[in-house]
This record gives sequence, C-alpha cells and structure tokens, in this order.
Amino acid sequence: MTLDGRAANDPLFDYLCRLGDGALILGHRLGEWCGHAPALEEDIALANTALDLIGQAQLWLDLAGRIEGEGRGADDLAMLRDVDEFKNPLLVEQPNGDFGCTLMRQFLFDGFHFHLLDHLRGASDRRVADIAAKAIKEVEYHLARSSDLVVRLGDGTKTSRARMQGALDILWPFTGELFEADIVDEAMLRAGIGPDLRKLEVAYRLHLDRIVEAATLTLPEVGSWQRGGKSGLRHSEALGYLLAQMQWLQRAYPQAKW
Amino acid sequence: MFDDDLPAGESKSPAGDEVREPPESESDTGADAGRDTGRLEWPLWEVFVRGRHGMSHRHVGSLHATDAQMALKNARDVYTRRREGVSIWVVESRAITASIPADKEAFFDSSETKIYRHPSFYDIPDEAGAM
Repeated sequence: MTLDGRAANDPLFDYLCRLGDGALILGHRLGEWCGHAPALEEDIALANTALDLIGQAQLWLDLAGRIEGEGRGADDLAMLRDVDEFKNPLLVEQPNGDFGCTLMRQFLFDGFHFHLLDHLRGASDRRVADIAAKAIKEVEYHLARSSDLVVRLGDGTKTSRARMQGALDILWPFTGELFEADIVDEAMLRAGIGPDLRKLEVAYRLHLDRIVEAATLTLPEVGSWQRGGKSGLRHSEALGYLLAQMQWLQRAYPQAKW
Repeated sequence: MFDDDLPAGESKSPAGDEVREPPESESDTGADAGRDTGRLEWPLWEVFVRGRHGMSHRHVGSLHATDAQMALKNARDVYTRRREGVSIWVVESRAITASIPADKEAFFDSSETKIYRHPSFYDIPDEAGAM
C-alpha cells in the first residue's frame, strides 16, 4: 500500500510493480557479477539469467504504466522512482555477498517466482496471463539451475557446505514476506489474478525442502521475519545504493537516450 | 570452488593431466603454499549442437564442468543463448582420440588424386533427398 493511497485505487498497478521490481532488482544484482563470476560458464549463465529477468521487468512495468494511464513507461518506472516506491521483496535487493549467497538468494526466489508465474498464467486478466506464460519458460530453467547448484555446493566440500549454510541462515528470514498476504495480494486474489499465498507456500516448500535436504542443509529457526519490501515501506539500506548505481545516468542526464 | 577437501583419490584426475597443469604464474609460490598451487581445474568438455534446420550435431566449442549434467547446462548457457540449437551433446574432451598432425600426409594426402571417389559423376535422383 502506498502512502498516497494509490493501492486502494488500483491494486493492479502496485501488483504489477511488485512483479516488475522483483525481476528488475534481482536482474540488476546478477548483472553486478558480470565479469567477476568464479568461472566463465557461471559468468555467462548469471548474465543470461539477469537478462531474462530484466526482459520480464520490462513487460511487467510496461503493463503497469498502461494500467496507471499517466503516460509513464517501463523506463520511467524503472529509472525515475525512488526507494519507497519500489515494491520488490527484500530478498532480491540483498547484496550479492559471496557466490554462495548469490546462488542461495537465486534459489530461494526462483522457487517462489516459478510457482507464482505458474498461477499467473491462468490469471483472469489476459495481459497478465500472457506475460506469465512467456516468463515461466525462462524461470523454469532458472529454478532447475539454481536447485542443481545448491545441491552440488551444499552437499559438496566442507567449505562449500559451510558457505551455503551461512547463506541460508542470512537469507531465509527474508522469505517470509513472500507469502504474507497484504491488502494488494488480497485484492488480486479476489480479482482472480493473484494466488492464495498460503497454497503457494505449500507448493514452494515441497520443492524447497527436498532440495535443502539433498544439499544437507538445515533451515534456520527464525525469530522475526523481515518484511517491508513489497509494500515499499521498509526497504533495506542496500536498495538505495543499488538504485543510485542503476539510475544515476537518468538522474544525471534526464531524458538521455541511446 | 571445488578445490578443497576432496576425498583421497579424487584430488588428481586420472587422465588428461597435461591439460590440467597450473599455469606458471600460479605455481611460483612454492610447494609449501599447498593446495593453491595444485588448483584442480574442472574437466574440459566438447560441445556439439544441432541447429534448428541442421541434420547433424556440429562441434561448436568447449567448456569446463565438473560432470556431464553440469556440462549440458553450461553448454545451454554458453552456446545456445541465441537460439542456435534444438539439441546438445557433450563429451569429455579426453574421451576423444584425435589423429596426429604429423600423420597428415599418410592419412589424408593419398586421397587427393582420387576424385572418382566423389559422387559428382552421378545424377542423384530427387527421391534420394539431401545427402
């Protein structure tokens, strides 16, 4: 829910921003690895995933702009909004950390993303369903890849296992927000667009628990779940730095094109 | 990434050691520097891709991966990201036996004058299709 009350007026706009921002911010984070990944093959795979996600963000934000009807396009929404207007879950804005953290963040999000899109491709809104149907082909591969690597590294060497468990301990508390329905989620459920997040969580955990077990990892006990990303009300400090880098060109040279 | 804590017996590759020697620059820290000097590279794999309209798989390049399944995924990411293919084969490079360049004359030159071995003197019936 935005402070100006727009969510009450048009929850679909906020919902599309959540979908678009989640993909955009994670895509940007993955792009930060470009040229730095531990192996050439991983470098290219991460960049591929980043490009998939940024492509999806473009579709979601373009539709969001059209729903809003105030002349804002995908670029305007991506490059000219500030921190509290971003609706991505906290999970995807977390810093890359080491390669294990990046992979774990990817795995935790991919599972959610896959099941979400799987539901959205049956959405009552045809425009939403079409984008989801296109995106899920990419995300199915993202999930297969990150699941595979989490098992390999978790059930790997002492060092790789310790790193993956460390990454899970850090990132797991950020997953709670994904399944907590708020006013926007409830409106989308009623409209026949969004999923019942409790059911989504069951499907998510079915795959996740199997992979975590195969990776010989343990889900940590969580004292307090992190929330405030998808509402935009309490992003972590990290998002400000990310946007400063992502948006600086449009901020420094407004309307610049290439 | 997988260069530590390997169980005994897996710390050295069984074959193809000559391609896994660390480069000079990495081995100048002395034997006492330990594992870092013997950094284990992932095995090399050759990648074959069949294109949309191609009838056979063609060699497109190579990559590193720890096993066949990872090689397939890496090949998908490295070699088919521009919709180049509909099927991928990977084979570990050390499984390929190659002809030796020094044998080139004995191997290949003798066929040079035998143009009658080409089917260019025959009319291929349309029904035979692409050959």
